Amino acid sequence: MGKVAGQILLKKGAEASLFLAEWHGRRVVVKARLPKKYRPEQLDSTIRRYRTIHEPQLMHEAKRVGVPTPTIFMVDVENAAITMEFVEGKQVKQLLDNISQAERCELCADIGELVGKLHKHGIVHGDLTTSNMILTNAGRIFIVDFGLGDKTGELEAKGVDLHLLKRALQSTHYQFADECFQAVIEGYRRISGEAATEKVLDKILEIEKRGRYVAERRQDS
Amino acid sequence: MVARKQSERYCLGIESTADDFGVGVATFSGGILANITSGYIPEQGGIHPREAARHHAEVADKILAEALAKAGVKPKDLSLIAFAQGPGLGPCLRTGATVARALASFLGIPLVGVNHSVGHIEIGKLETGARDPVTLYVSGGNTMVTAFAAGRYRVLGETLDIALGNCLDVFAREAGLKHQKGLPLGAAVEQLAKEGKVLLSLPYVVKGMDLSLSGLLTSAMTLLQKGECNLEDLCYSLQENAFSMVTEVTERALAHTEKKAVLLTGGVAANKRLQEMLKVIAEEHNASFNVVPHEFAADNGAMIAWTGVLAYTHGVVTPVEDSCVRLRWRVEKVDVPWVK
Repeated sequence: MGKVAGQILLKKGAEASLFLAEWHGRRVVVKARLPKKYRPEQLDSTIRRYRTIHEPQLMHEAKRVGVPTPTIFMVDVENAAITMEFVEGKQVKQLLDNISQAERCELCADIGELVGKLHKHGIVHGDLTTSNMILTNAGRIFIVDFGLGDKTGELEAKGVDLHLLKRALQSTHYQFADECFQAVIEGYRRISGEAATEKVLDKILEIEKRGRYVAERRQDS
Repeated sequence: MVARKQSERYCLGIESTADDFGVGVATFSGGILANITSGYIPEQGGIHPREAARHHAEVADKILAEALAKAGVKPKDLSLIAFAQGPGLGPCLRTGATVARALASFLGIPLVGVNHSVGHIEIGKLETGARDPVTLYVSGGNTMVTAFAAGRYRVLGETLDIALGNCLDVFAREAGLKHQKGLPLGAAVEQLAKEGKVLLSLPYVVKGMDLSLSGLLTSAMTLLQKGECNLEDLCYSLQENAFSMVTEVTERALAHTEKKAVLLTGGVAANKRLQEMLKVIAEEHNASFNVVPHEFAADNGAMIAWTGVLAYTHGVVTPVEDSCVRLRWRVEKVDVPWVK
């Protein structure tokens, strides 16, 4: 196995640090889940180990069902580090507010198609935010960060997945949240079909009603 | 008592969203002169809204008088009445709102309805000086991560089911723990957790910036009922799991927004172990760590009074005909023109 050299910190995320490095002449990203000092060591190592093993599996499966994800080169379970392809492009988070309405809706519909493909094949992402989507110069959308994902056919998990995306749009792209989410659902519908989409939309509503202090829960407030 | 300027104006704030009835007095320049609370303690079980409301009605006059006396302010010196308009329990909210309307009408001064969650954020900012923080607001009824953007506090993440304080309270009640004076039942878990040594395996459910605590509570209660684990270890494990989850989502919000301050507020903010965990992530992201002082952590009237001042001085008033309580008034529906 080749050693990964010359690491530069790209981004310090919530649970992992991303380093840009070179590996056998390729530009790669090393995603290192560094120990979290706030939680007990025993709990921390269980979580890091689980996510390190799980994430590449999900990314691989996602690729297989037609959702672009970075290619995995190496998984170091002991150090909770994953070496993967460096995807050049722009975070959707940076783009979304700065493009035309037509472009925005098209981009969101494409995202919806990708989420539809994942769900159709029993993969939930677990953290669908616009920070975790990269648009390449060639116009492909890569989905990254499957650390909180899961392999499940449950409607509940799919509902939560889309609910998280809706929330991310509302908190980060509040001016366009409604049109963006509608476009996402349009794309999702193209892949999943009418019946499955209606079911998941009903589920999202149910999940939102479950939350505390949600206006939808009752008509009178 | 500090000598005051003749021109100083005062706001009286009333909090009654759940089990506490609180009255606070704030000056328009950001001084808290009084903050008196009376908590309703159920004889058994959780909060019964109607019983809590009865408690509030019974203590209202006494708490009002006490707060005014403490502040050294006469009713006629007040310029503004603020009240928690929501979210919360209907009967409790209505009791506070009735007192507020009566006072404002009798004194002929304006009334301002305040969002309870915004109150927790604002008192935290006032008392700690935190600037533009990512806020973790944890209490018996709420668990959410918020940050300001474009005129409102946006909810970045929250619980998908029960609140953190609720989780601790229910467990404590199930374990037969007793109320300590002036503290929520869940605080008893903190004491026992200090003696815990063995970390038991319990669910850890984080979904993006949201989290779920109901499975964790159910598992902890199942272990409790089996009686095979010692209670200290259970309290310790419950706390470590639950707090790690809220800390992880707060860190995710911090990384996502790249803000430079973290604020911990709400009743559970008084927990030292939770403070410790959040301090670690704040430092890791070079953000300042701020925690609301103990006396303003739980529900209180001072936070309502101060938020009332902020709202009123930025053109917000609530005419009596619009002062109906709002049981499910989400924080992200509230314009906060005073935040830049």
